[in-house]
Amino acid sequence: MIEAITQFFTQHPLLWAFVKAVVLASFTLVIPLAVIYVERKIAGFIQSRLGPLHVGPQGTFQTAADALKLLLKEDIVPEGADKRFFYLAPYIAFVSTVLCFMVLPFAPGWVALEMNVAVLFIIGVSLFNVVSILMAGWSSNNKYSLLGGLRAVAQLLSYEIPMVLSVLAVVFYTGSLSLTGIIEYQVKHGWNIWHPPIMIAALIYFICALAEINRTPFDLPEAESELVSGFNTEYSGMRFAFFFASEFANNFFITAFAAALFFGGWDGPVLPPIVWTFLKVFVMIFVFMWLRWTPPRLRIDQILRFAWQLLVPVSLANLLFAIALGVR
Amino acid sequence: MVINVGPQHPSTHGVLRLILTLDGEQILACEPVIGYLHRGLEKMMERRPYRHNIPFTDRLDYLAALSNNLAICQCIERLGGVEVPERAQYIRVLLMELQRIASHLVFLGTFGTDLGATTMFLYAFREREMVLDLLEECTGARLTYNWVRVGGVPDDLPEGFGQKVLDFVKLFRQRIEEYDMLLTRNRIFRSRTQGIGVIPKETALAYGCSGPVARASGIPYDIRKVAPYEVYNRVEFDVPVFEDGDVWARYLVRMEELRQSLRIIEQVLRDMPDGPVQTKLPKIFKPPAGIAYSRVESPRGELSFMMVSDGGANPVRVHIRAPSFVNLSVLPRLLEGAKVADLVAILGSIDVVLGEIDR
Repeated sequence: MIEAITQFFTQHPLLWAFVKAVVLASFTLVIPLAVIYVERKIAGFIQSRLGPLHVGPQGTFQTAADALKLLLKEDIVPEGADKRFFYLAPYIAFVSTVLCFMVLPFAPGWVALEMNVAVLFIIGVSLFNVVSILMAGWSSNNKYSLLGGLRAVAQLLSYEIPMVLSVLAVVFYTGSLSLTGIIEYQVKHGWNIWHPPIMIAALIYFICALAEINRTPFDLPEAESELVSGFNTEYSGMRFAFFFASEFANNFFITAFAAALFFGGWDGPVLPPIVWTFLKVFVMIFVFMWLRWTPPRLRIDQILRFAWQLLVPVSLANLLFAIALGVR
Repeated sequence: MVINVGPQHPSTHGVLRLILTLDGEQILACEPVIGYLHRGLEKMMERRPYRHNIPFTDRLDYLAALSNNLAICQCIERLGGVEVPERAQYIRVLLMELQRIASHLVFLGTFGTDLGATTMFLYAFREREMVLDLLEECTGARLTYNWVRVGGVPDDLPEGFGQKVLDFVKLFRQRIEEYDMLLTRNRIFRSRTQGIGVIPKETALAYGCSGPVARASGIPYDIRKVAPYEVYNRVEFDVPVFEDGDVWARYLVRMEELRQSLRIIEQVLRDMPDGPVQTKLPKIFKPPAGIAYSRVESPRGELSFMMVSDGGANPVRVHIRAPSFVNLSVLPRLLEGAKVADLVAILGSIDVVLGEIDR
């Protein structure tokens, strides 16, 4: 049976690609449901309240119900909005996330597209997110959205640089641009996080990741007390859902990427590899959420100063350190 | 770029509208627009007998309704020369301080949310709920208490109330430590508040700021000390004063006032004598002609009432000096050159209540 299916898909590679695309896209849509539910429960735990309880057992279907509600809502486009960009922005954000998942190995062989320059591809594709935010902020014809969009672009671009530099440190250290290659290196030599230059790189990556996914203390682009809701103020219904989903899927992705780069990806004893991947991801997501609900947010100038005056020089120095140690 | 913040905006604390002129993230000018909650309370008071006006005052500063009740009652008492029994005075002070805690907790919670620390909001409101439960047990209401009367308070404290308050005081001392851990010692919180929205001492004096805003600018001015009313001269407490005049100092003043309020509450409960809580007054209360002025230290600052009597059953003129109104007037000056993100921090730290600004 399985052989027959395998053979069928080997004969029809286009069909197989289609199946993979559908699975990936639905994964990107479904994973936010889980992450949002976890986030609500953790927020409840931190704020000494219960979180969702009523829809489904322990409120597990709450996010699904919310997603359904968003689907049924009226689609409102503000007057004077640049319609083409306004329509397109959420889907670009979503697609950029799906593309990132495309090259991410969940377990040995569990990767939609084995790419030997996966790291480069991810860095490039994730930048589309910035474009979509700027598009949303600009096309909404709303001053709050515009301010939010500008803030987002300034912040994301500033933090992209130290992030790329810290990822590059891993690349030089392991000598591979392929995620599978990086993980296999770690299976052989131990997790990257235990090696000094990568330790610093991981720390920088962690800070930048917080900024990249707009989490407190870097959640300025959607600071609701200042900018109503930032770049997505004017979005409602399904379009808003796509922004929201891509944000939480990004949250998942950026931790999965970190797991692959620093924590050995699927590597771990006893449990099957796929479980290890998810375990590592959710532990990191928990830390992110913990931070999300504890400190206040920074101001834009403080954030930019932090990126350019501290993170960029440190990550540059660290990169040299990694090259010196890593090149064999 | 001109941007319109309010009257419906997540962080304007009521229906305040600010017209901001921006250059990117920089605020060039700010024009506050008030009046969205105007009800003409002062005029309405002139059409009603003195004691019918007390419920109106609940709607002034709705986060500290009891302070407003007390202010108008003191004014009427001065006008009519009414004596207040000692026990009633103690009960008044006890409730005022509970009210101050409740009000400062709202400040703390909303201020945290303004800066992005949403958890602070739930923590502060968890404790505020306890204060409200206490006040509800005593007064029967949670927000608009209407519980101070001319010549005392309507009823004695419920049985076992003192012990419940002491339990709360004990618990709340620990909870303040928790707030300190969550906010006061947080570096991000400090970097968002220190050196922001500085009101120099001269400016605070020139604008007539009072309450925590003035005390954060180095002015040791607290009506409870300057012109003690009720039994505030018999209790020991410190007035926290900070010199910096920034958002951080205003936050610290309020945190310290929470602790001082707890001290006052303990002393009041210890010293409270037995006796009547209400002076007998005629059915139709007609104070002699004259002018009376009273002032109390509400959580927001110096709250004053002025009433003019011509010997009839209704006041001829009522004026309310609302601390929020005076404190808000300094806002445009603070916002010049500030960042958009500082707007919410500064506005939150002044802690205005639109109910008493618009009256």
